[in-house]
Amino acid sequence: MAVFGTSGSRIGGGRGPSFGFRFFCYAVVSVVLMFYDRRGGFLDTARYGLQAAIYPLQLAVNSPSAAWSWLEESFTTREKLQTELAALRDQLRTQQLVTLRQAALERENATLRGLNAALPEVIDRRLIGEVISVELSNLRQRLLVNRGGTHGVYRSQPVITGDGVLGQVFRIGPFSSEIILITDAEHALPVQVVRSGVRTIALGTGRSTSLELPYVPKNYDVKVGDLLVTSGLGKVFPFGLPVARVTKVELFPAEPLARIHAVPLAGIENDREVLFIWERAAHPAATATPEALVIEAPATAPATAPAKTPTTTPVKTPVSTP
Amino acid sequence: MNLARREPRWAVFFTVLLALIAQVLPLPDWLSVVRPSFVALVIIYWSIYAPHAGGIFAPWLAGLALDVFKGDVLAQNALAVSLVAYIAMSLHQRLRNQTLVQQSLFVFAMLTLNEFVVFAIEGWSGHAISSPWRWLQPMIGAMLWPFVALLAGRTHSRV
Repeated sequence: MAVFGTSGSRIGGGRGPSFGFRFFCYAVVSVVLMFYDRRGGFLDTARYGLQAAIYPLQLAVNSPSAAWSWLEESFTTREKLQTELAALRDQLRTQQLVTLRQAALERENATLRGLNAALPEVIDRRLIGEVISVELSNLRQRLLVNRGGTHGVYRSQPVITGDGVLGQVFRIGPFSSEIILITDAEHALPVQVVRSGVRTIALGTGRSTSLELPYVPKNYDVKVGDLLVTSGLGKVFPFGLPVARVTKVELFPAEPLARIHAVPLAGIENDREVLFIWERAAHPAATATPEALVIEAPATAPATAPAKTPTTTPVKTPVSTP
Repeated sequence: MNLARREPRWAVFFTVLLALIAQVLPLPDWLSVVRPSFVALVIIYWSIYAPHAGGIFAPWLAGLALDVFKGDVLAQNALAVSLVAYIAMSLHQRLRNQTLVQQSLFVFAMLTLNEFVVFAIEGWSGHAISSPWRWLQPMIGAMLWPFVALLAGRTHSRV
């Protein structure tokens, strides 16, 4: 007869401790692991190794979609390629014009700053990574990219596309890294309105086409169509990278803060390539600490922002969806 | 009884690997929300029909792999899956005598427990946002149970 409990599970007879005892041991190990994983620290090294172990499986799981895009690329027609080439040539010409002007502007800027020569670009080095898998749900907005620790990628490294800021490195493995997008509900990004200089925080909403700016007082100068760039605060992103464009400014008489929505400029719909960037240290546009900017801009930071501002890692924020 | 029964370790390994792949395969958003825990399903199967093949270690490792894969808090799925495996193992003799449909009631309860443990740990570790659709997963998992059990049953010879 089957007897349930510890003795019932020992049908093998003398095969070591009972399931109950073994389960208890694994449960204790699990709880300890969870505790130290939350705290961060030495388990990061363990995770680094585990990421490497799981990487082949990740590649295998995503191979069908990779194979599909490869097939699609291989079988594009000649006409289509030619149209694409023409479009790219056109784009290149436009970009060249912009760059021509920029050299002159940089020279002028240097003169205004009283420098002898124009400053070098704030982005010192860049690395192209290819997206392996995409997770875009309202719980998570993450990417897996095929560049990791062995390529020099580090935690909290800025990741951009040609259009603007995409996100930052959240977790790294030896050959891959997980990127948290700026639209992830757990991500907060210090931004600045180019036109008026208003600084605030852009929070992700969990939708890939929307950011919200919940900490802007109603009397601040933010309009629909304004371009948001990174403010250089927060020690993650250098100053001046394009982030988003304001699409909606709602004012409610009863509320002291405006409700502002913006659409991120960068997306991964068009191509599956992202850029990891290294900024030039000691450059004026490099990431700054909030203390360094106190004298410069006393009025622009709203009351709720300073607590949020020194965010080196994605902060969890109270969900303030209406 | 000195009949050294061969444990289907390789079958356990491959079916769990398959379940892991099925679990993390990229799917459209609406489908992935209601995707049942295939890993838990397969682990329940082996806990009932070959409790000594993997012991508690295999479920724990499978859960840990899932954690690393999904980027969750380390060991949250490992704890949930090994708890489910433990309960299934301690009741395996009773469960073996039941029909697949009867078993699926038990599976429903176990998947709900699995989901609840994960949900509780997520809440504790600060993931405030969640979809209510996740509570549909155990139902779908229980409905899939007979198929999973029949498929997994073909990978080893039952005594």
